Amino acid sequence: MLHFYIFLPFLAALLIGISAKRVSRIHTGWFVLPVPVVLFILFSTKMPILAEGKIVQSVANWIPSLDIQLSFYLDGLSMLFSLLITGIGSLVVLYSIFYLSKKEQLVHFYVYLLIFMGSMLGVVLSDNVFVLYTFWEFTSISSFLLIGFWFYREKSTYGAQKSMLVTVFGGLSMLGALILLSITAETNSIRTMIANRSEIIESNLFIPILILLLLGAFTKSAQFPFHSWLPDAMEAPTPVSAYLHSATMVKAGIYLVARFSLIFSGSDEFFIIVSGIGLITLCIGSFLASRQTDLKGILAYSTISQLGMIMTMLGFGTGAAALAAIFHIFNHATFKGSLFMIAGIVDHETGTRDIRRLGGLYTFMPISATLAFFGAFSMAGIPLPIFNGFLSKEMFFDSSLKLEQTSGFAGLFAEWAPILAVIGSIFTFVYSMYLVFGTFTGKAKLGQLEKKPHEAPIGMLISPIILIVFVVLVGLLPNLINEPLLAPAVASITGDFAITHLAFWHGFNTPLYMSLIVVVIGTILAFTLKKWQPIYNAIPGKFSSDYWYQSLINGLLKFSSVFTKSYMTGSLRLYTSIILVFLTASTSIFIYVTDGFKISFDDLAPVTWPEVLVGFVMAVAAIATIWMTQRIAAIIVIGVVGYGLSLLFVFFRAPDLALTQLIVETITVALFLLCFTHLPKLKKSDKKSSEKLVDFVIAASTGALLTIVAISSHSSKYFDSIAKYFVDNSYELGGGDNIVNVILVDFRGLDTLFEIAVLGLAALGIFAMIKYRDKGDMNH
Amino acid sequence: MEIVMSILAGTLFAAGVYLLLQKQLLKIVLGTALLSHGAHLFILTMGKLNRGAPPILEKGIKIYTDPLPQALILTSIVISFGVTSFLLVLAYRTYQSNKTDMMDQLRGTDDE
Repeated sequence: MLHFYIFLPFLAALLIGISAKRVSRIHTGWFVLPVPVVLFILFSTKMPILAEGKIVQSVANWIPSLDIQLSFYLDGLSMLFSLLITGIGSLVVLYSIFYLSKKEQLVHFYVYLLIFMGSMLGVVLSDNVFVLYTFWEFTSISSFLLIGFWFYREKSTYGAQKSMLVTVFGGLSMLGALILLSITAETNSIRTMIANRSEIIESNLFIPILILLLLGAFTKSAQFPFHSWLPDAMEAPTPVSAYLHSATMVKAGIYLVARFSLIFSGSDEFFIIVSGIGLITLCIGSFLASRQTDLKGILAYSTISQLGMIMTMLGFGTGAAALAAIFHIFNHATFKGSLFMIAGIVDHETGTRDIRRLGGLYTFMPISATLAFFGAFSMAGIPLPIFNGFLSKEMFFDSSLKLEQTSGFAGLFAEWAPILAVIGSIFTFVYSMYLVFGTFTGKAKLGQLEKKPHEAPIGMLISPIILIVFVVLVGLLPNLINEPLLAPAVASITGDFAITHLAFWHGFNTPLYMSLIVVVIGTILAFTLKKWQPIYNAIPGKFSSDYWYQSLINGLLKFSSVFTKSYMTGSLRLYTSIILVFLTASTSIFIYVTDGFKISFDDLAPVTWPEVLVGFVMAVAAIATIWMTQRIAAIIVIGVVGYGLSLLFVFFRAPDLALTQLIVETITVALFLLCFTHLPKLKKSDKKSSEKLVDFVIAASTGALLTIVAISSHSSKYFDSIAKYFVDNSYELGGGDNIVNVILVDFRGLDTLFEIAVLGLAALGIFAMIKYRDKGDMNH
Repeated sequence: MEIVMSILAGTLFAAGVYLLLQKQLLKIVLGTALLSHGAHLFILTMGKLNRGAPPILEKGIKIYTDPLPQALILTSIVISFGVTSFLLVLAYRTYQSNKTDMMDQLRGTDDE
């Protein structure tokens, strides 16, 4: 059944790709919308099964010889993500119908979106690590395509490339981790790995696996220092930002950490790396958000910091923290999704997303503004029972106070965690206020806007309204989603199924005081933002991860161009030398390493003088060609070698070869003579003696290598020649006494056919070159 | 004998490679001719030399020299003849079009 769920979006992508252009009167989005809606309903019907603590699974063989199965299973964690993917997916598709005009390349857009949807479902449902990896890279590719959707904009292609490079780098690291995992645990199934986790925990590879896996998770979830691709990804159309870059794809890293958390959590390294990076990301992301002037830029940094917060909670590893993390994944998807959609509406209705040109929009678009206030207040964690963001944030504070790590560096870090959590949350409060108050209150600057602002069409408002309804509803009645959705998801992270009652009021306790500190300091900072904003300009550019990314890319490009230019000089002689040196060196090293050189004098033909004499003359003649300055002399000397060879053929009982060689040699000499009149005289080499020495060394070593190979292979014959077959069957099967001829025209007839073809081609080439010589240069 | 011939093949090869690295087109063509001679001798030596009668069936003779290398070489002789003549004409045409037969003046243009 699950196969069908994952396959459906891909199938829809195919159908849309083939057929949608024919019915252009209706917006393509309407054909796409049923896919996520149907999937959402189908997934919802499975909820009761999960609430009982069971799982749904389906398996099909894909590459059994490599132990790669398409095995999918749906547990609480997968269910939460599947519902987010299909639920937010439905709302985003609905929203995009009104956001994107029919003039855009809608077919491309929806095909990419559906591919993403299917592969994201694949990521969260796969049990086989390599299937998971395949889908994981598919999400990177579809994200790349969607960011670059407006490919004619330079910034889009830059952002697309950046996200691709960063996430694929992480993906490859993750592949390394998965390979190590499957070697260590001797299985490719995640569930079996978790069941046999002691093998992994005790192995020497534990730390490398952990680091490589986290590299994959951190790059995908835009954690420090890999966060800088996410703000650049905001060049994508807003529905994509709301869907991939806030609600789903960037949470794939979170999913990965949560999924493997049963194996890793409990180790101090996991706690320090995941929570440490998470807290740094939380603080840096929220601090930098108030610096942005683009609405989506603020939201991008906000997403970074919120992901950092979820990551931190997963790093904590306690049951309460896991619940808080799961709860916040849900809450973040609701309020951030709606805020992105509102940002898109503002962009759509005013023509700009620059917060410096916006302001006072409350009067013009009251519904959007109200929704935005709800979303932002929930994000800021205002302590009112109608904001779900407050509930999960307070659970975050609470869990940061109840860490189990007490000893060593981990213990020290655990003491600092609550303080960092509060600092990060203060800046979260600041940018949330900056976002909504800057956009919707104050004096309207209508002169700076491209259009006169007005409220968005109802179709665009439906999706954010639904999300905000969830914000309020979950804020009021958090236990509504607790038992069916949150508890099973937490069970997949911690391993035990337990229902914790969620409540707004816990009495006057430390988390509440922390929240109050956040609100008070946050309000002060938010209202004095203009005064302290210049601090941002004091930060040197060298500290930004953008700077490092750019230096790395520039360095790489420069290195490859310098390196390539160093040997691609256009000189064919240099290329020949490189090839020969490489051939000689690699073969010699191979012979040396494998001890391949052998010489045996056992099985040799007797040395007779006529052959040796002829051979000596040939050798002298061959060497003499090097110094020939007379063309006629060069031809004669070459002829000596050729005729000498045919003499050798006679001695070595190869009559056919001797005849052929004689004929060919004669024709060749004639050809050389023919070309004489047209070719310039041979000149003495004007090379420097050092160049000559290099040539000599290359030539001598190539020759020596050939001799060594010849002697070694003659001295180590492991089996008899296959010639006996031809000798025995030449007459019966081929009907001829001359074995060589029978081989050529019968046993290996096809070889000869192609040989004739080669000769024919050479003749054609020669004919063309001579025939068209008077018709000017071919280049003209 | 095989060892002597191996050395001869290596010598032909070395001379061929040296010519291949020269600047003048005609020398390069001569080099390829030497290379193919060396290769033929190499293949023939691989099949052991002088181990019987010429490979033409005759009554009463049981042992023949290995016919397989000979068949391979026969193919190769013809092909290398084709290649040599092609290269010669190519050299001639190159000289006609470019008025030079020196390799270092025959590099491609920058915008290639």
